[in-house]
Amino acid sequence: MKLESKDGGWSPYLAGGLVGILAVVSAYATTILMGKTNFLGASTTFVRAAGFIEKLFAESHVASNLYFIKEKVALDWQFLLIIGIFIGALIASLADRSFKLESVPPAWAERFGPSVGKRAIGAFLGGIVAMFGARLADGCPSGHGLSGLMQLSVSGIVALCLFFGIGMLVAHLVYRRKS
Amino acid sequence: MSTAQWLGLLTGIGFGFLLQKGRVLRFDKQLGAMLLKDMTIIKFMLSAILVGMIGVIALSSAGIIALAHKPMNVGAILLGGALFGGGWAIMGFCPGTSVGALGEGRWHAIFAIAGMIAGAALYAELYPFLKATVLAWADYGKIGLPDVLGISPWAIVIAFWAGSIPLFVWFEKKGL
Repeated sequence: MKLESKDGGWSPYLAGGLVGILAVVSAYATTILMGKTNFLGASTTFVRAAGFIEKLFAESHVASNLYFIKEKVALDWQFLLIIGIFIGALIASLADRSFKLESVPPAWAERFGPSVGKRAIGAFLGGIVAMFGARLADGCPSGHGLSGLMQLSVSGIVALCLFFGIGMLVAHLVYRRKS
Repeated sequence: MSTAQWLGLLTGIGFGFLLQKGRVLRFDKQLGAMLLKDMTIIKFMLSAILVGMIGVIALSSAGIIALAHKPMNVGAILLGGALFGGGWAIMGFCPGTSVGALGEGRWHAIFAIAGMIAGAALYAELYPFLKATVLAWADYGKIGLPDVLGISPWAIVIAFWAGSIPLFVWFEKKGL
């Protein structure tokens, strides 16, 4: 088993295993320092981000929306976790020179061509559907996938199977046609 | 910044660093897994789960941390899980990896992030309707697999390891 890939990356087994350790340390640290066990997750932050943006135009609407009240529009632990992911990825990619400005992903360009506009529309619409689904399911591959399975949650196992099952089905339908 | 915010930021930096070093942030890797061509993200996720579950189960069994199962709300998980899967395939990022992809220069992730913020806003508007319909169908609550099966969590941990190792060996043999 190689621990390093050709471009300076780490074996996914090594990097993944370290994320497992990070998740446990984080669960312990949040329990001790915040008084409540927090597990890694990402999608609720998008609700808060939406709340912050909507507040600029319609503050009273956000204040009276049941879902924003439930999830609380605030710069909480998870919001900073998401900002941290950005910073961590930036540091890692600059350090090993894998940082690359990319306007269209290669696999997308292979199927749909190099148009940034097409990619933007696809990513935007896909994003709407995916996040609507993640909020309905109450989690994403981080919250349900990683954190749910580590806790042996029934919901996490079912959700992760659906994420990948339907993801594979749609990916085959959408990207396999030309090649 | 509060303690919680600092903790979140530092944990996130570590998480983002490892996601990037594992090369799982890229659109091509996420799509590669869905097309069964490149199993990098499956290896990464399963490794994290296998290692993490030992610590999480040990700490919760010792009463040091509390588990936080998400509810097994049938309509929500089935419909939400399917919608997420479909959107994920088109977008090629999940919520956590989208911001990481932006960090490593894949600036087109901004469109995915904008779409996800719009999706979250849409969900907030429809929440009262969903609460009265899909979310009200059937909810088994916050349940764990050990409770459902009536066995020790460690038996399940062992089963996960026993099932994953041959899968990893097979991936490596097939060069996936």
